Amino acid sequence: MASLKELKGRINSVKSTQKITKAKQMVAAAKLRKAQAAAEAARPYASRLAEVMGSLAAKVAGQDNGPLLMRGTGSDQRHLLVVVNTDKGLCGGLNSNLVKEAKLQARALEAAGKTVTFYLVGKKGRAPIRRDYPNGIAAGYDTSNVRTPGFDEAAAIARELIAMFEAGKFDVAHLVAPVFKNALTQQPVTTQIIPVPAPTSTVAVDSVVEYEPGEEEILEELLPRYVTTQLFGALLEREASEQGASMTAMDNATRNAGELINKLTIQYNRSRQAAITTELIEIIAGAEAL
Amino acid sequence: MSLHFELVTPARLVRSEEVHMVVVPGTDGEFGVLEGHAPFMSTVKDGSIKVYKSAGSAPEEIKVQGGFAEVGANGLTVLAEHVEG
Repeated sequence: MASLKELKGRINSVKSTQKITKAKQMVAAAKLRKAQAAAEAARPYASRLAEVMGSLAAKVAGQDNGPLLMRGTGSDQRHLLVVVNTDKGLCGGLNSNLVKEAKLQARALEAAGKTVTFYLVGKKGRAPIRRDYPNGIAAGYDTSNVRTPGFDEAAAIARELIAMFEAGKFDVAHLVAPVFKNALTQQPVTTQIIPVPAPTSTVAVDSVVEYEPGEEEILEELLPRYVTTQLFGALLEREASEQGASMTAMDNATRNAGELINKLTIQYNRSRQAAITTELIEIIAGAEAL
Repeated sequence: MSLHFELVTPARLVRSEEVHMVVVPGTDGEFGVLEGHAPFMSTVKDGSIKVYKSAGSAPEEIKVQGGFAEVGANGLTVLAEHVEG
């Protein structure tokens, strides 16, 4: 049995850990509200852009000379997985779930005989992916030096991806990012971003729309923006997911620490009482012997 | 007689209101949109959008950077990358 002093030390150490997890939980709860609001505020732009894309793509679809971002390179041999991870830990299984999903996709693609490379956003995915694919990481984007990654970061990532695509470094790009459902569940989801998938529901265009300059010029400008918006959405979802996961994980940690403290305190009191009892018996036995 | 005008950036919905007329700096030149405008779509260059709340009133200027303007049955939607102020 541990000595009284050791027990006291452990209780204190768990108590200070609990303080940290509690603080982190409250910080995450406050940030979550902000992140959720930001994710909601970004929805109108994304939905409008998708609408415009839909009506425009329906017109240009089926033409062979569409923009490169739409029709692709003509092959689907080399795949790029854009994995969006968080920069900080303390958020439960979020990052490992993301990495698991990315590896699952990578294995499925490799089983189909394709080559897979990774483009990593955020710090936390780097180590586990490098372990399995030491040479598979093509590039990455560091978001750790900005407090809240915004549209500028998304635009920078999109520019780099499109430059890589135009340089012929890959044929198809998929985005692996968390989707925030609520504070308890964040699901990693894979979507194709390059070539831009043709909209499934073609909007019925009943009126003749005039385009300025031309349909194709507009589409050519629209597609990079669409990719950017997708990435921006992923960054916002990541932010909300990170805070949500962090809140849940820290809540659990705080509760576990509380349980541990209770258990240790009982143990501490018991051994103290045992020590007192033995001391008393010794004194009484000594007195009787006289 | 009013035009539904929406100005949206990636970060938020900046404006959603009923106005009289909006002048948008399109890449191929400025164009004004009144109620009942024919369906139309254009890219927007950096510049300022002029919003006329009512006929004859002084325009309110909103500086925007890059984006699209779409005129449809439900009014004018400007998707801008950045909005100042």
